[in-house]
Amino acid sequence: MSPAAKQYSGVPAWVAALAVVGATFVLLPLAAMVLRVNWAEFIPLISSESSVAALLLSLRTSLAATVLCVIFGVPMALVLARTDFWGQKLLRSLVLLPLVLPPVVGGIALLYTFGRRGLLGQTFEVLGIDIAFTTTAVVLAQTFVALPFLVLSLEGALRTVGTRYEAIGATLGAGPSTVLRRITLPLVVPAVVSGAVLSFARALGEFGATLTFAGSLQGSTRTLPLEIYLQRETDPDTAVALSLVLVVVAIVIVSLAHRTGRPSLRRARELS
Amino acid sequence: MTRPLRALTLLAALGILSAGLTGCAAPAETAPPASASADILEGSITVFAAASLTTTFTELADAFEAQHSGTTISLNFAGSSDLVTQITEGAPADVFASADTKNMTKLTDADLQKTDPVDFATNALEIAVPPGNPAGIADFADLATPGLKLVVCAPEVPCGSATVAIEKSAGITLSPVSEESSVTDVLGKITSGQADAGLVYVTDVTAAGDAVEGIEFAESAEAVNTYPIVALKDSTSPDVAQAFIEYVTGSAGQRVLAAAGFGAP
Repeated sequence: MSPAAKQYSGVPAWVAALAVVGATFVLLPLAAMVLRVNWAEFIPLISSESSVAALLLSLRTSLAATVLCVIFGVPMALVLARTDFWGQKLLRSLVLLPLVLPPVVGGIALLYTFGRRGLLGQTFEVLGIDIAFTTTAVVLAQTFVALPFLVLSLEGALRTVGTRYEAIGATLGAGPSTVLRRITLPLVVPAVVSGAVLSFARALGEFGATLTFAGSLQGSTRTLPLEIYLQRETDPDTAVALSLVLVVVAIVIVSLAHRTGRPSLRRARELS
Repeated sequence: MTRPLRALTLLAALGILSAGLTGCAAPAETAPPASASADILEGSITVFAAASLTTTFTELADAFEAQHSGTTISLNFAGSSDLVTQITEGAPADVFASADTKNMTKLTDADLQKTDPVDFATNALEIAVPPGNPAGIADFADLATPGLKLVVCAPEVPCGSATVAIEKSAGITLSPVSEESSVTDVLGKITSGQADAGLVYVTDVTAAGDAVEGIEFAESAEAVNTYPIVALKDSTSPDVAQAFIEYVTGSAGQRVLAAAGFGAP
């Protein structure tokens, strides 16, 4: 679409061949799943009470987790990108840990923190807050695994955009909060949006931490991935149908992220 | 922690020892036909066994291999329904041991068995509570106490359907805070202290050692799971497969299973 892409497209044939193999590897399993869908029963399968409850719960909790990710992730990214302090590199890798951690491990860690016998469990009990087996536990698990996605993509964008405009703003007398509000954030809005979309997608697919930490009960903690896992036991048709629903939602989200992610790159390029 | 472990090791050693003894006698009992090859077992088999059989079948396979040096047994443990799916999708298996008859029926419906399945163990439900029983649970009816954090298996999985059957026969409706998709997940919620009580198998309580306390209840007799085992049609070493099944159903196998808390078929 862009003229630059048209001018030169010198991808060697062997690179293209490898790319085709890679793409097939990703797409073939999806196609295999679509082939197994029982289309005659598709609508009844995905509109059963338990399916709808799981889908709505998933969307609700993922949305809540995304909001938490934005509230806490944006400041985290700003601190990591714009400040310089001892141990910052270590802190960054620790904060991004949930990205590479097996979700089950995340669930166990959360259990030892927010569980009834966990680090903060006693405190919460005194305050009369019960997290175990509630929707709150699901949101916590999803936020834990999704937060690094927002931090990572936003920090990258902040570094690419650079500090030139912020410095000029500051010399013209703007305070730090004004610079943040009038210069920094407007520049990285697309990155915040695409980071949030990625976090939402990650939260939607969360399984291991939820299973370990929150439990599984229709309407309160059984999200769509947990429902799929359970239905697979007795009703593979429902499991496949729900998997397809999840895939479609994921595709919509990824394409959204791609569209909103573009302007930030373009703007960054213009600025540099 | 160390004492029950040592006791277990001792039991295991006894099991292996007795396995050796009975194993020697086995060929004489079955009176092999003219061919001498029946005496010397050779080949490797893959056994697909329900997750609840992990400890016992690992032990039995080791003992069997020690007895028949020409054999190798590879074990694959997972939920019974997962295993059936894998086998019907073409996974190479020689023996399948299921945690319930329902999943075995799925396999025989697909006509993948070589012989008819044989029942080799039973397992009943037991109440599991964190050490010290903080909620003071004494019997099944106590599980319906309002405010109690009870965790059970979802009705879709075998331990969950057993729970539903007991609820029906006892006329007690439970309102669990979570319906897990595997018995391991139920146990995890108890050992971590997240839940006050859970319904798991007797064998799970035995295996968990000091991490949980088990409370037997009379109503559990209403829903006893039967474990069937079968040799598969496509087995590449049918002799070894059959010998292993006989070993599991024989006195040595039964002793190991009983030590783990399984009931006799």
